[in-house]
Amino acid sequence: MPLAAAVFITLFTLRLKYVSSFISIGTIVAGFILTVVFINANGWQPTPGESVRQWLPIDGLNVEFGLRLDPLSLMMMLIVTGVGGAIHFYSRGYMHDDSGMARFFAKLSLFTFSMLGIVLANNFIQMFIFWELVGVSSYLLIGFWFEKPSAGDAAKKAFIVNRLGDFGFLLGILMVWALLGSLNFSTLQGLISQNPAALGASATIAGLLIFCGAVGKSAQFPLHVWLPDAMEGPTPVSALIHAATMVAAGVYMLCRIFFLLNSPALEVIAYIGGFTALLAAVIAVQQDDIKRIIAYSTLSQLGYMVMSVGLHGQTPAMFHLTTHAFFKALLFLSAGSVIIALHHEQDIWKMGALRQKMPITFVTFLVGGLALSGIWPFAGFYSKDSILAQALSRHDFEGNLLFAVGVFVAALTTFYTFRLFFVVFCGKEKSDTASHAHESPLVMTLPLIVLAFFAFIGGLIGVEGVYNRIFSGEPGESTGFASALFEPFAHSPLAASLGILAFLIGLACAYVLYAKADKDPLPERLGGLATAMKNKFYFDEIYEATFVRAHDFIAAVADWIDRWIVEGFCIGLIRGGTDLTGRGLRFLQTGNLQTYAFLFVLGVAVALYFVLR
Amino acid sequence: MDLQNILFYIFAALTLGCGALVIANPFSRNPVTSAMFLVLTIVSMAGLFVLLHAFFLAAVQILIYAGAVIVLFLFVISLLDLKAEATRKVKLFGLLAGVIAVGAILTIFLKNLGATLFNADSKPVVEGGTSELGKVLFTNYVLPFEVVSVLLLVAMIGVILLSKKKLD
Amino acid sequence: MQVGLEHYLTVSFVLFALGLFGVIMRRNLLIIYMSLEMMLNAANLALVAFSRFNNKLDGQVLVFFIITVAAAEVSVGLALIVALYRRRRSAHVEDLTSLKF
Repeated sequence: MPLAAAVFITLFTLRLKYVSSFISIGTIVAGFILTVVFINANGWQPTPGESVRQWLPIDGLNVEFGLRLDPLSLMMMLIVTGVGGAIHFYSRGYMHDDSGMARFFAKLSLFTFSMLGIVLANNFIQMFIFWELVGVSSYLLIGFWFEKPSAGDAAKKAFIVNRLGDFGFLLGILMVWALLGSLNFSTLQGLISQNPAALGASATIAGLLIFCGAVGKSAQFPLHVWLPDAMEGPTPVSALIHAATMVAAGVYMLCRIFFLLNSPALEVIAYIGGFTALLAAVIAVQQDDIKRIIAYSTLSQLGYMVMSVGLHGQTPAMFHLTTHAFFKALLFLSAGSVIIALHHEQDIWKMGALRQKMPITFVTFLVGGLALSGIWPFAGFYSKDSILAQALSRHDFEGNLLFAVGVFVAALTTFYTFRLFFVVFCGKEKSDTASHAHESPLVMTLPLIVLAFFAFIGGLIGVEGVYNRIFSGEPGESTGFASALFEPFAHSPLAASLGILAFLIGLACAYVLYAKADKDPLPERLGGLATAMKNKFYFDEIYEATFVRAHDFIAAVADWIDRWIVEGFCIGLIRGGTDLTGRGLRFLQTGNLQTYAFLFVLGVAVALYFVLR
Repeated sequence: MDLQNILFYIFAALTLGCGALVIANPFSRNPVTSAMFLVLTIVSMAGLFVLLHAFFLAAVQILIYAGAVIVLFLFVISLLDLKAEATRKVKLFGLLAGVIAVGAILTIFLKNLGATLFNADSKPVVEGGTSELGKVLFTNYVLPFEVVSVLLLVAMIGVILLSKKKLD
Repeated sequence: MQVGLEHYLTVSFVLFALGLFGVIMRRNLLIIYMSLEMMLNAANLALVAFSRFNNKLDGQVLVFFIITVAAAEVSVGLALIVALYRRRRSAHVEDLTSLKF
């Protein structure tokens, strides 16, 4: 349905801003309602229902077009349509004075369609197609304000980096198909469960190649460089793509194909996830743009999720994905609210004392920040804690190491979140625009409140139980509300208490440093390290110097070859040859009638000879 | 020898002799003499047609070819007022070209001659009289007949246009 | 010796060869044209001979058409030669070389 909306808007209503927004919002809300109805009707079955159409029967490969509706995809659909719906609402307010609003909604609908496609795909090829579609839609959305050259560059960067990951993904898909002969998820799952060693020696490589796709899409190291630049797009875009859905597509994919990944691959995945989490958190400590801070925190949380998958913990990963969708979208949208109120100002050192001026945003942002930092009883606590518990439960070196990393990153998360919070909302106004800010309109604050609510209670509504049932097949005991409240403490007290300790440390540091600060005190304390952090550890510059230069060089060589060899030599040869032949043949045109007659006769003789043979 | 055979040989010799004289008269290079010998060639050919039982065509040949076409030639010759051309040397290249061309056609002819031996007397002969020819013409070949009449019209128009002097 | 088809064909061929020779060798435009007419006549003779020896009349009908068309062609050709003569003041084929490269 969102596809119909996208097409319809593009074709018909590009001028009518408000009509377009209604169409777009309508389809996504309808999708949400349909999902809820479906769930109510059928319950959370563990068995998938599929509907399949044969699409491309090529020899040896049967590409089908199917829809797979099992609890995992249903949950994702809820997230996509629910959070996406909130964001659609919000966009109406955010973009209301932008001339390209209709185009924006068309692209939003396209993106929603692609995302739903990934979620509902039942085989690799279809997923890959929609994967690419999501990449395209994100390119369109990030570069929405295409008049800004930085936006266009960011969009290109996002797409190209994504493509690198997709290349590995495609190789992985091909390997799986070559080794196992099918691309359908249920078939593959059946094959692997019958014969765990079916993939043979190249199982690790295949798994890692498929993981490349997740690396690109979910912005893990080393393909993380596109995510911060993607903040060039409008804030609702950042919320939708980078908080709730697209980056989560990578994690979703990993959970979907979890049965294909064996232990060595999973180890690598876990380490990459942990490293990304650490790296991103460190960089985030020194950023000054409000959206970039939140972007790096997204990176960090994604690292958590990937790490969790690598530790054989699908449930915590998906759980964290769900809660992260809520509170990250909430954070982005609140930030957007702030940005709009300050007339598109994004530097946090120009904000301040917004607590009094924008109370609703203040509260929602606080809720989101607390959820992100993982304090009980907010949703983030439960999900983050379950990841940490998963790490601990492995009882091996890897698990313990990653547990320590996870705790440290949690502390850092709190630190930079509250750095942001204090600088933006407390203290004195740091610029004129800050003193003139006012609260945002209802159409923007209403989604904020809804999301805040979910961020608050997300840990308690049995989401985890659903995921548990999906992945391990145990029937979840329905626990009472109170026991659910305190469940993590009973489950794994070490993880829970360390988590809370990390939060307190981070909060204290942030308060001390930033509560009354006018400018950032850290650079004096940490010196060079702070500068490196601020410049994102120069990743972009390294990539530029190596890959981009190499690429330019190859392109220059190809150009030389084309110009001199292909064009000069080959074409020149043909051109010269034709010229000489023409000059030679010119002498046949004598202009003499009798010569022509003579040639006629000769020709007739030859023709007759062959005819009468 | 049969009378028909004798007549054939006579007419054939006449045709070929006059034909040779059309193109290469050693006595005079006047185009009018060539035209005269062409007339004689055509008349001998009419004789050959009669020997082949094509009576109507023989008549038509004399009427149109000898009567109209050659007359037209003579008109044009006198209109152009050609003086006897100064003798230009026979170009060797032209001679060689001619020989080659004729040789080529000769080989084709000889090669295919063996394939066309018919016995003339085994079947009843169809007389080429006027009414028989007319019957075939107006039943099987009506369309070409009409088209040729249009062609004549077009030729007439073309000639009138081509020979107009510029109107100043 | 009984005169058969091959005799007539030989006559036709020789006449044709003579015409061909005239077209290639002579340099007066009008004589070239006359040789051309001779070639047409040779073809007519061959056709009538075939018609006689196949005992059908179709060859003669074709000759009928050929004579007609030859008449039309001669008129147009001569009109062309006259126009050409008016332009170039010469009826000599070696002077007509404006198509030369």
